[in-house]
Amino acid sequence: MTQAHAPAAIRHPIRAWSGVPALLGVLVAAFLLHIAVGAKPLALGTVVDALVQFDETVFDHVVVRNLRLPRAVLAVVVGASLSLAGALMQGVTRNPLADPALLGLTAGASFAVVMATALLGYTGMGLVAWIAMAGALGAALTVYVIARLVPGGATPLSLTLSGAAVSAFLGAIISIAHLLSEDTFENLRVWLTGGLAGRDIALLWYVGPWITVALAAGLALAPRVTVLAMGDEVAQGLGVKTGPLKVQLLAVVVVLTACSVALAGPLGFIGLVIPHVMRLYVGSDYRWIVPYAALTGAVYLLSIDIVARIAIPPREISTGIITAMVGAPLFVHLVRRRTR
Amino acid sequence: MSRLEALEVDAGYAQTNILEGVDLTVPDGKVTILIGPNGCGKSTLLKTMARILSPSHGHVLLDGKDIHHLNTRTVAARLGLLPQGPTAPEGLTVRELVAQGRFPHQSLLRQWTRADEDAVNGAMSIAGIGEFADRAVDTLSGGQRQRCWVAMVLAQETELILLDEPTTFLDLKVQVDLMDLLTDLAHERGRTLVVVLHELSLAAAYADYLVMMKAGHIVSAGAPDDIFTAERLKDVFGLDASVVRDPASGRLVCVPFGARQRPRQKLAAQ
Repeated sequence: MTQAHAPAAIRHPIRAWSGVPALLGVLVAAFLLHIAVGAKPLALGTVVDALVQFDETVFDHVVVRNLRLPRAVLAVVVGASLSLAGALMQGVTRNPLADPALLGLTAGASFAVVMATALLGYTGMGLVAWIAMAGALGAALTVYVIARLVPGGATPLSLTLSGAAVSAFLGAIISIAHLLSEDTFENLRVWLTGGLAGRDIALLWYVGPWITVALAAGLALAPRVTVLAMGDEVAQGLGVKTGPLKVQLLAVVVVLTACSVALAGPLGFIGLVIPHVMRLYVGSDYRWIVPYAALTGAVYLLSIDIVARIAIPPREISTGIITAMVGAPLFVHLVRRRTR
Repeated sequence: MSRLEALEVDAGYAQTNILEGVDLTVPDGKVTILIGPNGCGKSTLLKTMARILSPSHGHVLLDGKDIHHLNTRTVAARLGLLPQGPTAPEGLTVRELVAQGRFPHQSLLRQWTRADEDAVNGAMSIAGIGEFADRAVDTLSGGQRQRCWVAMVLAQETELILLDEPTTFLDLKVQVDLMDLLTDLAHERGRTLVVVLHELSLAAAYADYLVMMKAGHIVSAGAPDDIFTAERLKDVFGLDASVVRDPASGRLVCVPFGARQRPRQKLAAQ
């Protein structure tokens, strides 16, 4: 019996990795397509040429390099970050409804960026990542302190509830500030619905290193998340230092969420839903959920942004709106098909 | 010398000590069973010996070294723990659950190997769960689930295995099967087991070394034949019971009686 099981079992990790090349292929295709479509559709050959043998005298190449490539990179980075952060959050909190916004992270980052821009008039880029991270971390700590003060202490329930309260509160303050100074908010309005349009790509140079490190750390920590999801005592018995691990994971989630907010505003849905879709296909081991969620998140946001750019030409719809408008029915369809 | 010892251990939660000055030398290659009333500290002792709880005073020695100062991953390669009532993440398959037992043997550079695969398959076949390897743990019955968790600890391939009430909520037959399995591990594979149990007769039947606890102290410890008596059960649990030897198995059995069921001798004497 053991022998009959062995071959199937040995295939297991290979089978689990086998989707990665396919998904990478889809990612490259979506990336090229994203660059090709737009107000002036370009041939895929032109896109590839612009990327591999750039000629600054060709107008289309300049469009690709300066306008479209940055936006595609942005979609990849933000999609992967939010989706990976959501997967980690769901594992750490053992809460299937967890997402990067759970502990007030998204609201905190948005709040900090809005205040810095609207009230302090900060328009530079060097500090935006820091401001967003400080906001996210500040909100998370506030949420934690409030949960600690609740009778019973910081349980998943009290953390979730105080996270919701803090998020709502910060959201209300953003709305008030919005009403009081509409002029300043003209620039932030689109950003606040979550979007990839008109973002200054130079920001990526400041935020990119943070995101790269956090994505790598998240992937490296993924196997431990499954162990952690089996409960603190089981995890400790298996040799995991649960306290430090939770701090490391929270740091990764804070960096990814805050940087995504800095780059594209508060984009919902991706961090909650993509990890769930992955679960339908790769099972419940975070060793697989995390890398697949990162890749799929990137593909998803690229595809969504394509729709946002071409749905009602010549205007664009904010990516944040399309994310849920297209995503929600798609999600319902996938769940119905897989669980039937 | 024993591989696992508790020396003058005080331990508990927050500011309250539950254990006070507990000494326990766990015999190697034997089944040690801890019994005692609710709240007596048997789980606390098990967790302290598994380094999950730190003692406020005293030491736990693993191979002669303070377990709370050893690298936790090194410990996990030698000592496995199954806590009380663990729950698996929704949708995790049996094989995935058992595979987590290999965590202490893996690292970033040393990922899944043939040895891991063999350990997982071996553990699943010992626990008799091979047939539902690819099912989700949360779709199984309580007994099947418990065997999956035992298999996870077995896959860890540790010489010492600590289990907190592994038979809770199981049918009697399944409890017996599980205890048989654990006894085989000790007697045939030389593993050292420490088990917290609620069921007294089961404890008396399977313990090589029985440890009775009351209010944070070890009241008595030894072979069931020597210490499993009606007087001690009365003292430790406040339980009126007779301890009789089952003629068929030769094992000691605890037969409790309540207020309305006075023993015949007493009735006869009145």
